[in-house]
Amino acid sequence: MSGLVLDAISMRFDLPNGDHVQALKNVSLDIKTGELMSVLGPSGCGKTTLLNIIAGFLAPTEGAVTLNGHLVTGPHQERGMVFQKGALFEWMNVRENVAFGPRMNGVPKSESAGKVDHLLEVVGLHDFKEKAIYELSGGMQQRVALARCLANEPDVILMDEPLGALDALTREKMQGLVLKLWKETGKTIILITHSVEEALLLGERLIVMAPRPGRIHKEYNLPFAEMGVGADLREVKHHAEYALTREEILNMIWDMEEEIMGRTEGAA
Amino acid sequence: MTILLIYIAIFIGAFLVVKFITSRLEQRHDFTSLKTVTFGDESAVTANRTASVISIVAIFLIWGAFTGSKLTPIHAPGPYQGKGQFDYVVEGPDGQRDTASVFWQVEDKKGAAEDLEIAEGDGFALNDAINIIKYRSGQLRWDGNDAVSRKDGARIVEVDGQATDFDPNQRDADGNLVQDRPRFRIDNGSVTMTDKGALLITPYQGWQMEPIWLPSPEAVWSRIVEIASEGYQNNTLLQHLGWSLFRVVAGFFFGALIGIPLGYAMGLSDWFRGWFDPIVEFMRPVPPLALIPLVIIWAGIGEVGKVILLFLAALWIMTIAARAGVSGVNITKVHAAYSLGASRWQIMRHVIVPNSLPEIFTGARVAMGVCWGTVVAAELVAAEKGAGMMIMVASKFQLTDIVIMGIILIGIIGYGIDILMRRAERWLVPWKGRS
Ligand SMILES: Nc1ncnc2c1ncn2[C@@H]1O[C@H](COP(=O)(O)OP(=O)(O)OP(=O)(O)O)[C@@H](O)[C@H]1O
Ligand SMILES: [Mg+2]
Repeated sequence: MSGLVLDAISMRFDLPNGDHVQALKNVSLDIKTGELMSVLGPSGCGKTTLLNIIAGFLAPTEGAVTLNGHLVTGPHQERGMVFQKGALFEWMNVRENVAFGPRMNGVPKSESAGKVDHLLEVVGLHDFKEKAIYELSGGMQQRVALARCLANEPDVILMDEPLGALDALTREKMQGLVLKLWKETGKTIILITHSVEEALLLGERLIVMAPRPGRIHKEYNLPFAEMGVGADLREVKHHAEYALTREEILNMIWDMEEEIMGRTEGAA
Repeated sequence: MTILLIYIAIFIGAFLVVKFITSRLEQRHDFTSLKTVTFGDESAVTANRTASVISIVAIFLIWGAFTGSKLTPIHAPGPYQGKGQFDYVVEGPDGQRDTASVFWQVEDKKGAAEDLEIAEGDGFALNDAINIIKYRSGQLRWDGNDAVSRKDGARIVEVDGQATDFDPNQRDADGNLVQDRPRFRIDNGSVTMTDKGALLITPYQGWQMEPIWLPSPEAVWSRIVEIASEGYQNNTLLQHLGWSLFRVVAGFFFGALIGIPLGYAMGLSDWFRGWFDPIVEFMRPVPPLALIPLVIIWAGIGEVGKVILLFLAALWIMTIAARAGVSGVNITKVHAAYSLGASRWQIMRHVIVPNSLPEIFTGARVAMGVCWGTVVAAELVAAEKGAGMMIMVASKFQLTDIVIMGIILIGIIGYGIDILMRRAERWLVPWKGRS
């Protein structure tokens, strides 16, 4: 058995006041090795919860996650994570941050140095090796986070809104970089985003989630990621099907948000 | 009060002068000078170096001016030094009047000046002479050499042309005076009368401070030089200060040695937190000064007691700083480290400890300041050596110059410690406040 399998995951948060939140209900997914999957959904539908369960930070109340046949019980370097921001270590310079994973796993410096250099080259930060983290721009910091994750050669890369804090232009460049890394490394990537355009570009497979309880609402298989590799992403966006799918998903999410608002207004 | 007004005047005057000069001299065009909004923008406010220099100079100027220092060009008016003379009129018991003169002179200390040689004069009231010590008043029993005396009912009715009907013999049933005691102006001073009718001569005192209240800057400086070479109370100045510093460093060292691991344990384990929370929260608001008596009872006034006291002063601060450092770690950093394959111990060593360093440094700066203040206070209470002890002993002998010297040195060292800690902080945790 290879690939990442989510088997009927449910997650319930018990609140201190006796209430509970059903963050996820019966989520099942079969993700093939090397797949690029993006996850969309209105705020609070359980995307982060889902990713945290896959990463092993949370144990689901029901169901199980298996990767390549073995059960996921906690965090492990086989599942790397890229956070939106604030996850880099300010007390280390760029190179030390990227070399952190290999170092923790007992890889001697002499062995990892070449790989770290190469990765910094790939993300275009070779000249910033010795810089401190706080001297870098937000986009550069996210590239460091990507390189740090890749240095460990994880089987799965989990990204929770990795480009959410970047400006539009930097974001577009980073989207190209993610596609390039996906193609070159052949890793399984799960990427959460709030941007429909980004989800379309960075998802062979796109999952739209619905809230209350968090569940999978609709699934798409899309050609744009493949088209976008090494190409001008703006060209891809001019594709007729791209615009159609985008409108469809936007409407879908819009309706969900409307429903949430209506429900809370009705309750109030 | 006058001094405060003068100080405010210098503050405003210097401000106007410096602003005027700088606005004439330089037209800066750096980023800050181009900001249109500076009021409320804290980053646009840097300490004006000129103001700092003038501020220090002003303090020394005022200090010198009011202590008659030779270093300052201007002085507040000093006490009258020299001779004076006034006349008084005595009315004898028989109603006859006679005039006599008083010759007085100010001497630096008792017996410093020779007695004035004066003519006796004529009549039944003879001339008097008196030496008055600087800053003091002189009491003149004017009838000592006269043919009539107060006991007989003679009294003074006029001093330098200013008449009075004060009669010290008029008392009520309780023996209190019925009239107010009169006050006369004379050249370079004033004269009042005592309860018993004697003359109290007060030469003009001026605005300056007596050395016993406030010695001049050069007196303090020469004390520093003297004590630095000859020592005071069996120890040289360096030894005194060195001992105080040693106690602070030792107490702080042990406080940090225990406090930081304790803080980490409290941040990482619910058992530790539950166990020590009540103790830490209870000890935190107890000022270390309040522990001095207990520590003296338990450990005496020797080194052990001092170090224990400072240990206790530093301990809670460092514990709380370390605990805050652990709680302050961003959970995404810990998550990231876990998914990069770090073990618990590695996370402790590579994430939690470095992440808590800024907090710990802040705590260390506070703890150092508190320890320095506490050691001085503890030495004031009881010690055989140390900066505080030096001040305490000197104050008993009214050696104000040593007291002031001690205060200045304590301030300088405390300031120096803080500067050193800030340097170390910038060097060791350059990322502080920048993430
Ligand atoms: N630790 C927790 N305790 C209680 N409730 C939680 C907890 N974590 C998440 N939730 C709830 O679970 C639901 C899903 O949260 P989650 O963070 O997964 O949403 P999300 O889709 O990532 O939202 P966003 O797009 O805003 O990041 C929310 O209603 C949230 O309030
Ligand atoms: Mg989220």
